[in-house]
Amino acid sequence: MTTPSQTVGPYLSIGLPWPDGPEVVPEGTPGRIRLYGKVFDGEGAVIPDALIETWQADADGKFGTDFRGFGRAPTNDDGEWEIFTVLPGALGDGQAPHIDVNVFARGMLNRCITRIYFADSDSDPVLATVPAERRATLIATATEEGYRFDVHVQGEGETVFFRV
Amino acid sequence: MDYAGYKSTALRHPQQQLIPLAHRLTETTAPVFGHERVHAGENDLTHNGEAIGQRIIVHGHVKEDDGRPVPDTLVEIWQANAGGRYRHRVDNWPSPLDPNFTGGGRTITDETGYFRFITIRPGAYPWGNHPNAWRPAHIHFSLFGRAFTQRLVTQMYFPDDPLFFQDPMYNSVADRDPKAAERMISAFDYDSTEEQWALAFRWDIVLRGETATPTEAPHA
Repeated sequence: MTTPSQTVGPYLSIGLPWPDGPEVVPEGTPGRIRLYGKVFDGEGAVIPDALIETWQADADGKFGTDFRGFGRAPTNDDGEWEIFTVLPGALGDGQAPHIDVNVFARGMLNRCITRIYFADSDSDPVLATVPAERRATLIATATEEGYRFDVHVQGEGETVFFRV
Repeated sequence: MDYAGYKSTALRHPQQQLIPLAHRLTETTAPVFGHERVHAGENDLTHNGEAIGQRIIVHGHVKEDDGRPVPDTLVEIWQANAGGRYRHRVDNWPSPLDPNFTGGGRTITDETGYFRFITIRPGAYPWGNHPNAWRPAHIHFSLFGRAFTQRLVTQMYFPDDPLFFQDPMYNSVADRDPKAAERMISAFDYDSTEEQWALAFRWDIVLRGETATPTEAPHA
Protein backbone atom coordinates (compact mmCIF):
# COMPACT_ATOMS: atom_id res chain seq x y z
CA MET A 1 0.00 0.00 0.00
CA THR A 2 1.49 3.26 -1.13
CA THR A 3 2.41 6.29 0.93
CA PRO A 4 -0.02 9.15 0.19
CA SER A 5 0.96 12.49 -1.31
CA GLN A 6 0.97 15.69 0.75
CA THR A 7 1.47 19.30 -0.27
CA VAL A 8 4.96 20.78 -0.53
CA GLY A 9 3.64 23.61 1.65
CA PRO A 10 4.94 27.18 1.72
CA TYR A 11 8.52 26.36 2.73
CA LEU A 12 9.58 24.11 -0.15
CA SER A 13 12.44 26.46 -0.96
CA ILE A 14 14.31 25.17 2.11
CA GLY A 15 14.51 21.69 0.74
CA LEU A 16 13.96 21.46 -2.99
CA PRO A 17 15.70 24.07 -5.15
CA TRP A 18 19.25 23.30 -6.25
CA PRO A 19 21.77 25.94 -7.32
CA ASP A 20 21.97 24.23 -10.71
CA GLY A 21 18.33 23.07 -10.74
CA PRO A 22 17.32 25.14 -13.78
CA GLU A 23 20.47 24.12 -15.69
CA VAL A 24 19.50 20.91 -17.41
CA VAL A 25 22.46 21.73 -19.61
CA PRO A 26 25.24 24.17 -18.70
CA GLU A 27 25.80 27.50 -20.36
CA GLY A 28 27.52 27.19 -23.68
CA THR A 29 25.90 23.89 -24.62
CA PRO A 30 25.07 23.87 -28.34
CA GLY A 31 21.34 24.17 -28.90
CA ARG A 32 20.67 25.40 -25.39
CA ILE A 33 17.24 27.03 -25.04
CA ARG A 34 15.47 28.95 -22.33
CA LEU A 35 12.12 27.54 -21.33
CA TYR A 36 10.17 29.92 -19.11
CA GLY A 37 6.76 31.03 -17.99
CA LYS A 38 4.50 32.00 -15.14
CA VAL A 39 2.20 30.00 -12.91
CA PHE A 40 -1.29 31.38 -12.20
CA ASP A 41 -4.06 30.42 -9.78
CA GLY A 42 -7.81 30.28 -10.36
CA GLU A 43 -8.19 34.06 -10.03
CA GLY A 44 -5.32 34.81 -12.37
CA ALA A 45 -2.95 35.74 -9.54
CA VAL A 46 0.62 34.55 -9.92
CA ILE A 47 1.79 31.72 -7.67
CA PRO A 48 5.08 32.80 -6.09
CA ASP A 49 5.68 29.56 -4.18
CA ALA A 50 5.38 26.94 -6.89
CA LEU A 51 8.02 24.57 -8.18
CA ILE A 52 8.29 23.39 -11.77
CA GLU A 53 10.09 20.16 -12.65
CA THR A 54 10.81 18.95 -16.16
CA TRP A 55 11.79 15.50 -17.47
CA GLN A 56 12.70 14.87 -21.08
CA ALA A 57 14.72 12.91 -23.60
CA ASP A 58 17.91 14.34 -25.05
CA ALA A 59 18.16 16.06 -28.43
CA ASP A 60 18.30 12.65 -30.11
CA GLY A 61 15.18 11.41 -28.35
CA LYS A 62 17.14 9.15 -26.00
CA PHE A 63 16.85 8.42 -22.29
CA GLY A 64 19.55 6.78 -20.21
CA THR A 65 22.41 8.79 -21.66
CA ASP A 66 24.69 11.24 -19.83
CA PHE A 67 22.07 13.93 -20.44
CA ARG A 68 20.55 14.89 -17.07
CA GLY A 69 17.13 15.43 -18.57
CA PHE A 70 15.75 16.83 -15.35
CA GLY A 71 15.13 20.47 -14.51
CA ARG A 72 13.81 22.05 -11.36
CA ALA A 73 12.96 25.71 -10.81
CA PRO A 74 10.98 27.49 -8.11
CA THR A 75 8.81 30.43 -9.13
CA ASN A 76 9.89 33.89 -8.00
CA ASP A 77 7.75 36.62 -6.43
CA ASP A 78 6.26 37.33 -9.85
CA GLY A 79 5.34 33.69 -10.39
CA GLU A 80 8.09 33.29 -13.00
CA TRP A 81 10.24 30.20 -13.58
CA GLU A 82 12.93 29.37 -16.12
CA ILE A 83 14.84 26.27 -17.14
CA PHE A 84 17.76 25.96 -19.55
CA THR A 85 17.75 22.83 -21.65
CA VAL A 86 17.83 21.58 -25.22
CA LEU A 87 14.85 20.75 -27.38
CA PRO A 88 13.95 17.10 -26.88
CA GLY A 89 14.18 14.85 -29.91
CA ALA A 90 11.36 12.61 -31.08
CA LEU A 91 11.34 9.25 -29.30
CA GLY A 92 10.54 7.45 -32.52
CA ASP A 93 7.35 5.94 -31.15
CA GLY A 94 4.96 8.31 -32.87
CA GLN A 95 4.91 10.90 -30.10
CA ALA A 96 5.85 14.46 -30.95
CA PRO A 97 8.83 15.90 -29.00
CA HIS A 98 7.64 16.73 -25.51
CA ILE A 99 8.70 17.37 -21.92
CA ASP A 100 6.84 15.95 -18.93
CA VAL A 101 6.20 18.54 -16.23
CA ASN A 102 5.40 18.44 -12.52
CA VAL A 103 3.86 21.45 -10.82
CA PHE A 104 4.03 21.63 -7.05
CA ALA A 105 2.73 24.39 -4.77
CA ARG A 106 1.31 25.16 -1.39
CA GLY A 107 -2.39 24.36 -1.68
CA MET A 108 -1.85 21.40 -4.00
CA LEU A 109 -2.44 18.10 -2.26
CA ASN A 110 -0.97 16.27 -5.25
CA ARG A 111 1.43 17.38 -7.94
CA CYS A 112 -0.17 18.55 -11.16
CA ILE A 113 1.24 16.79 -14.22
CA THR A 114 1.31 18.36 -17.65
CA ARG A 115 3.36 18.23 -20.86
CA ILE A 116 5.15 20.81 -22.92
CA TYR A 117 5.04 20.41 -26.71
CA PHE A 118 6.70 22.72 -29.19
CA ALA A 119 4.17 22.38 -31.98
CA ASP A 120 0.71 20.96 -32.39
CA SER A 121 0.61 17.50 -33.92
CA ASP A 122 -2.20 15.54 -35.44
CA SER A 123 -0.39 12.27 -35.00
CA ASP A 124 0.72 12.51 -31.37
CA PRO A 125 -1.22 9.87 -29.40
CA VAL A 126 -1.37 11.96 -26.23
CA LEU A 127 -2.51 15.18 -27.89
CA ALA A 128 -5.14 13.05 -29.61
CA THR A 129 -6.72 12.42 -26.19
CA VAL A 130 -6.97 16.16 -25.47
CA PRO A 131 -10.00 18.12 -26.66
CA ALA A 132 -8.90 20.25 -29.62
CA GLU A 133 -9.91 23.52 -27.96
CA ARG A 134 -7.62 22.82 -24.98
CA ARG A 135 -4.52 21.63 -26.83
CA ALA A 136 -3.00 25.09 -27.07
CA THR A 137 -2.43 25.01 -23.30
CA LEU A 138 0.21 22.30 -23.89
CA ILE A 139 2.18 24.08 -26.57
CA ALA A 140 5.06 26.41 -25.75
CA THR A 141 5.23 29.67 -27.66
CA ALA A 142 8.49 30.59 -29.38
CA THR A 143 9.48 34.13 -28.38
CA GLU A 144 12.58 36.26 -28.67
CA GLU A 145 13.51 35.14 -25.17
CA GLY A 146 13.04 31.42 -25.64
CA TYR A 147 9.99 29.23 -25.34
CA ARG A 148 7.21 30.45 -23.10
CA PHE A 149 4.94 28.03 -21.26
CA ASP A 150 2.49 29.46 -18.74
CA VAL A 151 0.63 27.22 -16.33
CA HIS A 152 -2.94 28.10 -15.41
CA VAL A 153 -3.75 25.81 -12.54
CA GLN A 154 -7.45 26.61 -12.65
CA GLY A 155 -10.10 28.64 -14.40
CA GLU A 156 -10.03 30.35 -17.77
CA GLY A 157 -7.50 28.72 -20.06
CA GLU A 158 -6.84 26.02 -17.49
CA THR A 159 -3.80 24.01 -18.50
CA VAL A 160 -4.48 20.40 -19.41
CA PHE A 161 -3.34 18.16 -16.57
CA PHE A 162 -2.83 14.43 -16.76
CA ARG A 163 -3.31 11.49 -14.47
CA VAL A 164 -0.49 8.92 -14.61
CA MET B 1 -7.36 17.97 -5.42
CA ASP B 2 -9.79 20.27 -3.64
CA TYR B 3 -10.25 19.89 0.11
CA ALA B 4 -12.54 22.43 1.75
CA GLY B 5 -10.74 22.21 5.08
CA TYR B 6 -7.47 23.36 3.52
CA LYS B 7 -8.26 26.83 2.27
CA SER B 8 -5.35 27.24 -0.12
CA THR B 9 -6.59 24.37 -2.28
CA ALA B 10 -9.58 26.46 -3.44
CA LEU B 11 -7.81 28.37 -6.21
CA ARG B 12 -5.00 25.91 -6.72
CA HIS B 13 -6.65 22.75 -8.00
CA PRO B 14 -7.63 21.94 -11.57
CA GLN B 15 -11.37 21.96 -12.16
CA GLN B 16 -11.25 20.17 -15.49
CA GLN B 17 -11.05 16.39 -15.53
CA LEU B 18 -7.53 15.03 -15.46
CA ILE B 19 -6.78 13.24 -18.72
CA PRO B 20 -5.34 9.71 -18.37
CA LEU B 21 -1.79 9.59 -19.71
CA ALA B 22 -0.85 6.11 -20.90
CA HIS B 23 2.66 5.29 -19.77
CA ARG B 24 5.25 5.55 -22.49
CA LEU B 25 8.99 6.06 -22.28
CA THR B 26 8.92 9.51 -20.68
CA GLU B 27 6.65 8.22 -17.91
CA THR B 28 8.50 4.97 -17.26
CA THR B 29 11.92 6.59 -16.86
CA ALA B 30 13.28 8.94 -14.22
CA PRO B 31 16.42 10.94 -13.59
CA VAL B 32 19.33 9.06 -12.06
CA PHE B 33 21.22 11.00 -9.44
CA GLY B 34 24.65 9.88 -8.43
CA HIS B 35 26.35 10.72 -5.23
CA GLU B 36 27.58 13.98 -6.78
CA ARG B 37 24.11 15.33 -6.04
CA VAL B 38 24.58 14.73 -2.30
CA HIS B 39 27.46 16.07 -0.28
CA ALA B 40 28.94 14.24 2.68
CA GLY B 41 27.03 14.99 5.84
CA GLU B 42 23.92 16.29 4.10
CA ASN B 43 21.85 13.64 5.85
CA ASP B 44 22.71 15.35 9.16
CA LEU B 45 20.60 18.47 9.63
CA THR B 46 22.48 19.27 12.84
CA HIS B 47 25.89 19.27 11.22
CA ASN B 48 26.56 22.92 11.99
CA GLY B 49 27.00 22.00 15.62
CA GLU B 50 24.78 21.33 18.55
CA ALA B 51 21.26 22.05 17.38
CA ILE B 52 18.60 22.83 19.96
CA GLY B 53 15.94 20.22 20.61
CA GLN B 54 15.52 16.47 20.78
CA ARG B 55 18.06 14.80 18.50
CA ILE B 56 16.46 12.00 16.51
CA ILE B 57 17.36 9.46 13.86
CA VAL B 58 14.76 9.22 11.09
CA HIS B 59 15.31 6.17 8.96
CA GLY B 60 13.54 3.55 6.89
CA HIS B 61 13.32 1.88 3.52
CA VAL B 62 11.96 3.12 0.23
CA LYS B 63 10.16 0.36 -1.63
CA GLU B 64 7.62 -0.23 -4.32
CA ASP B 65 4.18 -1.50 -3.47
CA ASP B 66 5.21 -5.07 -4.28
CA GLY B 67 7.92 -4.79 -1.62
CA ARG B 68 10.86 -4.40 -4.00
CA PRO B 69 13.44 -1.98 -2.59
CA VAL B 70 14.17 1.25 -4.43
CA PRO B 71 17.97 1.63 -4.27
CA ASP B 72 20.04 4.67 -5.25
CA THR B 73 17.13 7.08 -5.12
CA LEU B 74 17.40 10.67 -3.93
CA VAL B 75 15.54 11.50 -0.71
CA GLU B 76 15.21 15.17 0.20
CA ILE B 77 13.73 16.52 3.43
CA TRP B 78 12.94 19.88 4.99
CA GLN B 79 11.33 20.81 8.28
CA ALA B 80 10.78 23.34 11.08
CA ASN B 81 13.17 23.49 14.01
CA ALA B 82 12.40 22.37 17.56
CA GLY B 83 10.39 25.52 18.18
CA GLY B 84 8.29 25.07 15.06
CA ARG B 85 10.09 27.78 13.06
CA TYR B 86 11.24 27.36 9.46
CA ARG B 87 14.37 29.00 8.14
CA HIS B 88 12.31 30.88 5.56
CA ARG B 89 11.57 34.55 4.94
CA VAL B 90 7.79 34.13 4.99
CA ASP B 91 7.75 32.33 8.36
CA ASN B 92 7.21 34.98 11.03
CA TRP B 93 6.18 32.65 13.86
CA PRO B 94 7.87 34.24 16.90
CA SER B 95 10.06 31.35 17.83
CA PRO B 96 13.80 31.79 17.39
CA LEU B 97 15.80 30.41 14.51
CA ASP B 98 18.59 28.08 15.56
CA PRO B 99 21.91 28.89 13.87
CA ASN B 100 22.95 25.28 14.32
CA PHE B 101 19.96 23.80 12.56
CA THR B 102 19.86 23.86 8.77
CA GLY B 103 16.29 22.67 8.27
CA GLY B 104 17.01 20.78 5.05
CA GLY B 105 18.88 17.62 4.11
CA ARG B 106 19.27 14.96 1.46
CA THR B 107 20.61 11.48 1.01
CA ILE B 108 20.59 8.60 -1.45
CA THR B 109 19.16 5.20 -0.55
CA ASP B 110 21.60 2.30 -0.43
CA GLU B 111 21.24 -0.96 -2.35
CA THR B 112 18.47 -2.09 -0.01
CA GLY B 113 16.52 1.16 -0.33
CA TYR B 114 17.60 2.26 3.14
CA PHE B 115 17.92 5.92 4.12
CA ARG B 116 18.92 7.58 7.38
CA PHE B 117 18.81 11.17 8.60
CA ILE B 118 20.01 12.80 11.80
CA THR B 119 17.81 15.70 12.75
CA ILE B 120 15.85 17.40 15.51
CA ARG B 121 12.29 16.54 16.35
CA PRO B 122 10.36 19.42 14.78
CA GLY B 123 7.93 21.48 16.82
CA ALA B 124 4.27 22.12 16.06
CA TYR B 125 3.39 25.63 14.91
CA PRO B 126 0.28 27.72 14.35
CA TRP B 127 -0.98 28.79 10.94
CA GLY B 128 -3.87 30.83 9.64
CA ASN B 129 -5.98 28.19 7.94
CA HIS B 130 -8.78 28.09 10.54
CA PRO B 131 -9.27 29.37 14.11
CA ASN B 132 -6.55 28.07 16.44
CA ALA B 133 -5.00 25.98 13.66
CA TRP B 134 -1.79 24.09 14.47
CA ARG B 135 0.24 21.88 12.20
CA PRO B 136 1.19 18.57 13.81
CA ALA B 137 4.95 18.06 13.90
CA HIS B 138 6.06 16.80 10.50
CA ILE B 139 9.00 16.43 8.14
CA HIS B 140 8.56 17.10 4.41
CA PHE B 141 9.90 14.34 2.13
CA SER B 142 10.56 14.31 -1.61
CA LEU B 143 11.30 11.13 -3.58
CA PHE B 144 11.87 10.25 -7.23
CA GLY B 145 11.72 6.48 -7.55
CA ARG B 146 12.58 4.83 -10.84
CA ALA B 147 9.87 6.29 -13.03
CA PHE B 148 8.22 9.65 -13.56
CA THR B 149 5.02 7.99 -12.34
CA GLN B 150 6.63 7.27 -8.96
CA ARG B 151 7.50 10.86 -8.05
CA LEU B 152 6.26 11.55 -4.51
CA VAL B 153 6.24 14.56 -2.22
CA THR B 154 4.73 13.89 1.18
CA GLN B 155 5.03 14.55 4.91
CA MET B 156 6.09 12.26 7.73
CA TYR B 157 4.26 12.58 11.03
CA PHE B 158 5.02 11.37 14.55
CA PRO B 159 3.05 8.74 16.48
CA ASP B 160 0.17 9.75 18.73
CA ASP B 161 0.21 13.41 17.75
CA PRO B 162 -2.74 15.09 19.50
CA LEU B 163 -3.12 17.63 16.67
CA PHE B 164 -4.22 15.31 13.87
CA PHE B 165 -7.92 15.85 14.54
CA GLN B 166 -7.81 19.48 13.39
CA ASP B 167 -5.17 19.24 10.66
CA PRO B 168 -6.62 19.49 7.14
CA MET B 169 -3.46 18.18 5.48
CA TYR B 170 -3.53 14.96 7.46
CA ASN B 171 -7.30 14.74 7.19
CA SER B 172 -7.33 15.31 3.44
CA VAL B 173 -6.08 11.73 3.37
CA ALA B 174 -7.72 10.36 6.53
CA ASP B 175 -11.22 11.43 5.44
CA ARG B 176 -11.08 9.20 2.38
CA ASP B 177 -8.87 6.44 3.77
CA PRO B 178 -7.86 6.37 7.47
CA LYS B 179 -5.43 3.50 6.87
CA ALA B 180 -3.65 5.46 4.16
CA ALA B 181 -3.24 8.40 6.53
CA GLU B 182 -1.64 6.11 9.10
CA ARG B 183 1.00 5.23 6.53
CA MET B 184 2.27 8.80 6.89
CA ILE B 185 2.99 8.26 10.61
CA SER B 186 6.43 7.08 11.66
CA ALA B 187 6.95 4.53 14.41
CA PHE B 188 9.02 5.10 17.52
CA ASP B 189 11.97 2.73 17.14
CA TYR B 190 13.59 2.04 20.48
CA ASP B 191 15.86 -0.63 19.02
CA SER B 192 17.48 1.97 16.77
CA THR B 193 17.97 4.64 19.40
CA GLU B 194 21.60 5.37 20.14
CA GLU B 195 22.47 5.25 23.79
CA GLN B 196 23.45 8.60 25.27
CA TRP B 197 22.84 10.29 21.92
CA ALA B 198 19.55 10.08 19.95
CA LEU B 199 16.03 8.70 19.84
CA ALA B 200 14.87 7.04 16.64
CA PHE B 201 11.80 6.91 14.42
CA ARG B 202 11.31 4.48 11.57
CA TRP B 203 9.31 5.31 8.47
CA ASP B 204 9.06 3.13 5.39
CA ILE B 205 7.98 4.89 2.23
CA VAL B 206 6.07 2.93 -0.38
CA LEU B 207 6.02 4.18 -3.96
CA ARG B 208 3.44 2.99 -6.43
CA GLY B 209 4.55 0.24 -8.77
CA GLU B 210 5.51 0.87 -12.34
CA THR B 211 2.07 0.09 -13.69
CA ALA B 212 1.30 0.41 -17.35
CA THR B 213 -1.91 2.36 -16.94
CA PRO B 214 -2.91 5.47 -15.03
CA THR B 215 -4.41 4.81 -11.62
CA GLU B 216 -7.55 6.44 -10.35
CA ALA B 217 -6.82 9.88 -8.99
CA PRO B 218 -7.29 9.81 -5.21
CA HIS B 219 -9.17 13.11 -5.24
CA ALA B 220 -10.87 12.97 -8.62
